[in-house]
Amino acid sequence: MNSIIFSAGARILVALLLVFSVFMLLRGHNLPGGGFIGGLIGAVAFIVYMLACGTEEAKAALRVSPEALAMIGLFIALAAGLVSFVFGDPLFTGQWWWVGGDSYDTAVIKPNSVLVFDVGVYLVVLGSIVSLACAFEEEV
Amino acid sequence: MAEDTDPNAPWITVAGILPTAITAALFVWFLGFVPEISAGQQIRWAWDWIPSLQITLSFWLDGLSLMFALLITGIGALVMLYAARYLAGHPQYARFSFYLFSFMLSMLGLVLADNLIALFVFWELTTFTSYLLIGFSHADPKSRRNALQALLLTAAGGLALLAGFILIGLTQGTFELSVLNASGSLAGQAWYMPILILVLLGAFTKSAQVPFHFWLPNAMAAPTPVSAYLHSATMVKAGVYLLARLHPSLSGSDAWLWTLTIFGGVTAVFASVMALRQIDLKQTLAYTTLMALGTLTMLLAGNSGYAITAAMAFLFVHSLYKAALFLTIGLVDHATGTRDANVLGGLSMAMPLTSVAAALAALSMAGIPPFLGFIAKEVGYAGAVGSSLWPLVILFAIAANALMVAVAAIVAWKPFFGPQGQLPRTPHEGPWAMLLGPVTLAVLGLLYGLAPGLAAQIVEPATNAVLGYEDTGGRLKLWAGFNIPLLLSVVTLALGYVLYRRHQDLRARIARIEARGPDFDAGWDRLLEHFMAMAKWQTRVIQTGRLRDYMFWTFGMLFAALIAGMGYRGLGGVELALSGLSVREWGVAGLIVAGTVAALVTSSRITAIVALGVVGIGVALIFIIYSAPDVAITQLLVELLIVVLFAVAALKLPVLDRSGRQTHRPIDAVLAASVGVATTAVLLAVTQTPFDRRLTEFFEANSYTEAYGRNIVNVILVDFRTLDTFGEIAVVVIAALGAYALLKGGRYVARRRADTPGEEEKK
Repeated sequence: MNSIIFSAGARILVALLLVFSVFMLLRGHNLPGGGFIGGLIGAVAFIVYMLACGTEEAKAALRVSPEALAMIGLFIALAAGLVSFVFGDPLFTGQWWWVGGDSYDTAVIKPNSVLVFDVGVYLVVLGSIVSLACAFEEEV
Repeated sequence: MAEDTDPNAPWITVAGILPTAITAALFVWFLGFVPEISAGQQIRWAWDWIPSLQITLSFWLDGLSLMFALLITGIGALVMLYAARYLAGHPQYARFSFYLFSFMLSMLGLVLADNLIALFVFWELTTFTSYLLIGFSHADPKSRRNALQALLLTAAGGLALLAGFILIGLTQGTFELSVLNASGSLAGQAWYMPILILVLLGAFTKSAQVPFHFWLPNAMAAPTPVSAYLHSATMVKAGVYLLARLHPSLSGSDAWLWTLTIFGGVTAVFASVMALRQIDLKQTLAYTTLMALGTLTMLLAGNSGYAITAAMAFLFVHSLYKAALFLTIGLVDHATGTRDANVLGGLSMAMPLTSVAAALAALSMAGIPPFLGFIAKEVGYAGAVGSSLWPLVILFAIAANALMVAVAAIVAWKPFFGPQGQLPRTPHEGPWAMLLGPVTLAVLGLLYGLAPGLAAQIVEPATNAVLGYEDTGGRLKLWAGFNIPLLLSVVTLALGYVLYRRHQDLRARIARIEARGPDFDAGWDRLLEHFMAMAKWQTRVIQTGRLRDYMFWTFGMLFAALIAGMGYRGLGGVELALSGLSVREWGVAGLIVAGTVAALVTSSRITAIVALGVVGIGVALIFIIYSAPDVAITQLLVELLIVVLFAVAALKLPVLDRSGRQTHRPIDAVLAASVGVATTAVLLAVTQTPFDRRLTEFFEANSYTEAYGRNIVNVILVDFRTLDTFGEIAVVVIAALGAYALLKGGRYVARRRADTPGEEEKK
């Protein structure tokens, strides 16, 4: 699609969508959002970019090939699940740590494996859909 | 195979030495347990795996598993060393080494597993890795076919086995073998017969009992080190191991006694006759392996200390001499370029060490004193005499053993000490890495025969484990006095000698009889052909390649399922209560209906897509109204993506042409309307049943306290049911890659087809 208005607008829109997708990913634990939704929004961002500037440029912006991104996401999700083995829990048990406190309510930073898993979901959804869209766009 | 290798290539590589060293280390580690285990102790390691299904990753080291573990790692290390030299310079040697090592580990897991489900997983892993090993020479279609045959047959048996295991677990309340075996025999219980049949199906296919025997000789398509390993101590012994392992639980019934005696006996005699008939030495050995498996099955039918000691001793000695013989055949093949029994002869001058190893192994196989094979055979006869089916068992045993004597002479006497033959290559002695294995194993057969007490340290704990109680022991003796077993041994040797003298003549006769008998291998091919024909027919009928037909079948099935469900549960009291709807809800409903109508009547593809998008957004609005924001956002985004992707495709598609054949449209309309009405009715019926809030309450109560999250939907996804989510995202990746391959690969295949005309006919 060779529209200057669209491609100029797309750049701003893509940036906003990407920030929004990460925002959705991070807030998902307590409010509507999460890896699936975040990943979908991220995918929409890249597809908009792809329609505006072509698949080549969209792929270049992604740095990693979308298929690889999906695989990396799957691997991250698996790794997050395997962490529980180290602590003697069954597979995929969420692991939490408290920094600056001794419970969820008092801790300042709460590193956990659950968010890492969600990041994996995010990357899987993003990578899978973008790879589909790219293949689609290139072939038809 | 050997043709691809380069004898001058460096063979000491990481891919070869590392697995060998690990396997050897494992062997030494297991050796350290011998004093403990032979003192009657047992060791158990366990990790929870899926506790809710009683599945644990538990390992149990007792006499039986220790004997197997020693054979697997000991022979494994020697075979790996041998293979490193045998396949030196092979372009895919690293891959081979990986397969072999994986196979070794799966086999080790199989014999050590305490949990039935874990055992099954390892069982299937051995099936899978042996498939890769048998089909290693994958450029050869015969090799591929034989590997697939072994895979299909043993995997089918594996499925029966799984069903049997699940029945055991459900009826006995435990999947742990150690608990199961301690609680006595299942014979006489209600589910005993189905369990027995299913488990025997698994064991008999794996251990190649007649009529499932034909895959084993075919599996000789593998490189010789693989045959040596798979057919001496491992793969095919897995079935025997299972019979021995479950002996305390499943034996003790007439069904067990008769089935194992008949199948084992028939297999043993059939295999020994067939062994005599073969010309390729490797095939001869394959059939002798079959004979050993039959004999073992027959011995395991019994319950006496003699029978089980014989089974364990024979299992042990067979692993030693059979591996040694396979490896010497490999050496001969490597040195001379042939395995033809009619051609080979007089190799003892050129290959002194090889011929000594072959001779020692063959003497053990023939059961000549003072080799361990003799002791095993004596105990076997003692067990046969004590069997309740003794006339049958003795007959089977003498026939099989006498034939074995003849075969031993064919395999090890004639090629090395017989008259000089016309060889394709001038023979030379093999390298040390290939000699170490056969020589060590063959010498062990002699050493253990001279000092049976050493063998008893390994064999007797195994016997006790199979029997389930402490046996009297001391049955392994080189000289047990003048008794019936000794007499039977003398008869066997005499008969064997006669058979060897006349084997050329017999070979021709057996070949004639074989030609008239049923051909199992061809039968298998026919069975597969029928199966393929059925699959093709079914594909032709259901999968036409037209999208409309797929949709029709899918929705047709959905409709049938809905109707069946309604018929089963009844539709009492379903009513459409429209009075309570607000204007807002009417509005959304109107939007959805308008979208649907527009999609139906439009002649523009873009309009249809957008109209469908409107329907989807209407559904998302409903989610929002009923406060399910997560689902609504997802729905909205998915609709958006679908519209965008469709639009991309639609731009490139030809104009929607409705001038073609339209006869299917009325049927489609009826089906669509039926599915719609049925779905609505079912939904109404569902919503009118009282809502079970137990799950909702659980998550509401625990979402924050247990998983520190307030968004219940997301907490379920990433914490409570993470494994499900992981499965789902794996499916997403697989679907994306599949679609990617279809979109990208279609063009590649089309191009290749164009390059090589006739590709399709060849398949």
